[in-house]
Amino acid sequence: MVDVLFYVFAAVALGGGLGVVLARSPVGSLLFMLATLFSVAGIFVLLEAHFLAAIQVMVYAGAIMVLFLFVIMLLNLGHDFRKDFTFGAGMVAAFVVAGVMAGFLARQFRGSGDHPLYAFFPGPEGMDALLAEQGAVGAIAHPLFTDYVVAFELTGILLLMALVGAIAIAKQRV
Amino acid sequence: MLVEALVLSALLFVIGTVGVLVRRNAIIMFLSIELMLNAVNLSFVAFSRYLGIEGQLYVFFVMTVAAAEAAVGLAIIIAVFRHYETVNVDNFNLLKW
Repeated sequence: MVDVLFYVFAAVALGGGLGVVLARSPVGSLLFMLATLFSVAGIFVLLEAHFLAAIQVMVYAGAIMVLFLFVIMLLNLGHDFRKDFTFGAGMVAAFVVAGVMAGFLARQFRGSGDHPLYAFFPGPEGMDALLAEQGAVGAIAHPLFTDYVVAFELTGILLLMALVGAIAIAKQRV
Repeated sequence: MLVEALVLSALLFVIGTVGVLVRRNAIIMFLSIELMLNAVNLSFVAFSRYLGIEGQLYVFFVMTVAAAEAAVGLAIIIAVFRHYETVNVDNFNLLKW
């Protein structure tokens, strides 16, 4: 069941990602991106990261994508259907290299059931115990407000700087 | 599910990279960058399933930085659009070597 759901979400995420790159109108790209974000949130749920899945939907799909949509509408780019793809010799070479690397990746991926990578990791039992003990939010909140509290406070300063900077840059006259 | 999630993360990252390289619309390049950030978040969460909660904390911070980056970047796009009346990056070559 979980595996089937994972592959469904993965297919939607990949299709949405391709749609972001290939869609002609910016609004279309944005809607494909929304599909990708929601299915990545679903994969977060399957990986037992419930709090991050909620944050992903609220902050990414809710706030950031609405900001993008707002800018597209503000600049009136919604019906800009001209193709803007660029291809050159260097790009073709890059795609060849990417294809070769994808081939190596596919060779690594064969037979994922007892993949040798799993030998390097402890099983998920430790995380299961932590989540059962502290809950999805508490498990993140506890280290966030103890070991990582400096980074957390600096995040607040970063957001304030971004707020001031965005207003200063986008203002008509400084 | 670790290997599958990592492969999906790599594929999403590559799609995002291709988007940045191929498209010339600044907004869609920005969206592709967000796609790359999301791919990295996915691999962090997949690792955190096996290695502990820290991976999810980093995703938390990455999302915050992504929100700040989106706000400032879109402000820059608005300022540039006001000057050039377009968001096609081929027109912005002042800093190109």
